[in-house]
Amino acid sequence: MADYSLNINNQTYNVEIKEETTLLWVLREHLGLTGTKYGCGIALCGSCTVHVDGKPIRSCTLPISGLKKNHKITTIEGLSQNGDHEVQKAWIEAQAPQCGYCQSGQIMQAAALLDENPSPTREEIKIYMNGNLCRCGTYLRIVKAIEIAAEKTSQKP
Amino acid sequence: MNKAVSRREFLKTSGGVALFIGVSGILPQMISCKNKKEVQGIIQKHPLTAWVQLTDDGRIIIYNPAAEMGQGSMTSLPAIFAEEMDADWSMVSVEFSPQESDIYGSDKWSPNQKVMLSAGSRITYGYYSIMRQAGAQARYILMHSAAEHWKVPLAELSTENGKVIDNQAGKRISYGDMIPYLVMPDNLPEFSESDFKDPKNYRFIGIDQPRVDIPEKVMGTAQFAIDIKLPQMLYGVLERGKLHGASPKLNNELEILALEGVLKLVHFDYAIGIIAETIDQALAAKKLLNITWSEAPSSGFNSQECYKKYDEIASDKSTGKVIIDEGDINRAIKSADKNFTVDFKNDYVYHAQMEPLNAVVQIGADGKSAEVWVGSQQGFDSKLGIPKYLGIPAENVKINLQYLGGGFGRRSMTDFVLEGTGLAREVAPRPVKLIWTREDDVCYGAYRPLTLQRLRAATDAQGNITGFSHCVVGDGGNLVASGIGIDYYDIPNKFAEWREVSEGIRLKHWRSVGHGPNKFAIECMIDEVATYFKKDPADLRRKLLAKSPRALATLEKAIAISDWGSAIDTNRAKGIAFLERSGTLSTGVCEISVDRTTGKITVHHFWSANDAGIIIQPDNVKAQIEGGIVMGISSVLKEQLTIVNGQVQQSNYSDYQILRMEDIPDSIETTIIESKEPPRGVGESGTPLVACAIANAFLKLTGKPLRHLPFTPERVLNVLNT
Repeated sequence: MADYSLNINNQTYNVEIKEETTLLWVLREHLGLTGTKYGCGIALCGSCTVHVDGKPIRSCTLPISGLKKNHKITTIEGLSQNGDHEVQKAWIEAQAPQCGYCQSGQIMQAAALLDENPSPTREEIKIYMNGNLCRCGTYLRIVKAIEIAAEKTSQKP
Repeated sequence: MNKAVSRREFLKTSGGVALFIGVSGILPQMISCKNKKEVQGIIQKHPLTAWVQLTDDGRIIIYNPAAEMGQGSMTSLPAIFAEEMDADWSMVSVEFSPQESDIYGSDKWSPNQKVMLSAGSRITYGYYSIMRQAGAQARYILMHSAAEHWKVPLAELSTENGKVIDNQAGKRISYGDMIPYLVMPDNLPEFSESDFKDPKNYRFIGIDQPRVDIPEKVMGTAQFAIDIKLPQMLYGVLERGKLHGASPKLNNELEILALEGVLKLVHFDYAIGIIAETIDQALAAKKLLNITWSEAPSSGFNSQECYKKYDEIASDKSTGKVIIDEGDINRAIKSADKNFTVDFKNDYVYHAQMEPLNAVVQIGADGKSAEVWVGSQQGFDSKLGIPKYLGIPAENVKINLQYLGGGFGRRSMTDFVLEGTGLAREVAPRPVKLIWTREDDVCYGAYRPLTLQRLRAATDAQGNITGFSHCVVGDGGNLVASGIGIDYYDIPNKFAEWREVSEGIRLKHWRSVGHGPNKFAIECMIDEVATYFKKDPADLRRKLLAKSPRALATLEKAIAISDWGSAIDTNRAKGIAFLERSGTLSTGVCEISVDRTTGKITVHHFWSANDAGIIIQPDNVKAQIEGGIVMGISSVLKEQLTIVNGQVQQSNYSDYQILRMEDIPDSIETTIIESKEPPRGVGESGTPLVACAIANAFLKLTGKPLRHLPFTPERVLNVLNT
């Protein structure tokens, strides 16, 4: 057991926990931030995607001991104030989710993509999003949503 | 309007009364919303049993009796209700109804029995008339109450977007403002088709409303059962092994019990359960279990070697369970100019829903009550088998339905709910959250059955199909027999039978059930015949569907939108397939190419034309069909669950791969044909189109048939090289 102080969504959380506990379980079961989902536990489905210092990370394989106090963690709950991130708005416009379980991870991955590359080609979208599985088969609408968000973002001054 | 029913009868037969009505004693009772304390008191004493609630702030809460697993029930069923109620959609919010089938069930699954079950793509079909009736009755109560309030004949009143209107007096009042004046009519009329709203005045049916569940799903606040956290909650996991039905003998019980946070071990016939303070402690203990497993019925079974035995079963002279016998198949075969006999095979596939199975269960301290939070497709017992499991009355079990992170048939089983109950019983009254790991979910899945299918087609000299015979060998009854019917094809002699074989492997409905493998076999057989006689497969189907005009219309539409028959890149080809699933008629066309060095098939485009009756929410219907096609492509090109010596060989997305974004088609175009028939199911109609459409395109492209699902690159190469 060790004490950890984590910066999550610009708030400080203190947790006493075993070093090998993954960030996923800390977020979900210890801190109650359940928007981040458990899907596979081996970083193959992307449902657990969060940002660490703005980069998309699979929280299910990241032990809590691998994080530093100054790391900034962002989860779906902290992506925007009112669910109004361009990616979230585009997701609604495209009516992308079905069951919705993978969508937090998809949205976090897509938000990171547009941060890195504001105008991705369809091929670039597919490559960047390839690690995020969706069983309901919403992939085409996810692509569409990312294209909508990219267009809206690029229109902004 | 005819046949008025009394209030009491209405409650019994039509399921709950419209508006804000609680059940007090036997008769429904109107509750004034003005006195909040009284309302809360009555609700606490008597669970609310109604389809709709008007609240003081003007909101209209409509209850959804179905599970929401991505199919859009949270929007489509309330839209039907709101249409007849003439509600203001901007004031509507939707909640799950209580899981009480006497009140919220539909008899469309089983005659004379009210059932809550989100399976078989049947909820729109199952609730269409119920929601219309209840919505119309809610509107009637509002109008009746306004008539009493204004002291005018009801016939002088009308409604408009959530308001009752007296045109002569120029008065209008919103539904929310009617709350103080609500009175229950002595008799609630039963409405019939001519009383319902004229479709040309529809505001919700056939007109897209944004799905009500999507905003919370993009904010991460949508609540799935796995997200539930209760005070004092413990965590449970089970180790079930890889051999279905094997019994465990735990060799290190004391060692496990000594681990930090582990509170209890629970022995199941087929598993060892662990209860711990935290999920990480439970998972850490699970890894350290030392278990010796017994043999089981599936010991020795090899899923890739069993086809030889299935071939012998199919060749046996005896007949299995006859499903279809029309005309005289034997005479058709004997008198045929040409007979085709072809075997098709399909390996097991796994559901792979993104949310692993889980449930939160709390048992009362006296063991006589239970409360459950679960994502379930519900079932014939709306209490999910818990009363029987615990030996307690059904009314002592409360099911709190949560969003499902995918169902696809897997969540119509209750195994995980009863496991959670079995754990929670040991630590009552502390609640337990049972979580299946992905590995558990794969290894102890319940798969779409493996089958071998022997098809025979008899034709005359011109290639007209005169006889069609289908023998399916496999386990699971309707799981392998669904979709074997071809009523829509004009073939005089038809025969279908099921030959049972049991391997002890857990099986379950998997999106579109037997339609996946059966339609694959049937539709490929049609193309093999067409190819032999050098006929256009679309033309051959045109003839076969000549007497089924609705079916034929989907074929013609698909031919048109896919530009069937036009020249395309010589490295590509199109394939076509027609089928019926859950009452929906669909024709699909796909365009593929194949890499002849790797054996990889790429699907470039998919078109589908569908007649699903009246469409409630068109964009959502398209989304369901698109999703079904993507899941179909995934299962057809990638998915394969194998068994060696009874042991499941896959464990996670590493070795059970599903379609990723790199392999999606460039486009999926879904067209809906207008219809006035009752709405039918669309959640599964896209999926079974895929295997046959791909195989038929492959046959056209390469001249070689693909007859064994999935079409993995190795299999494709084998076919290309023979």
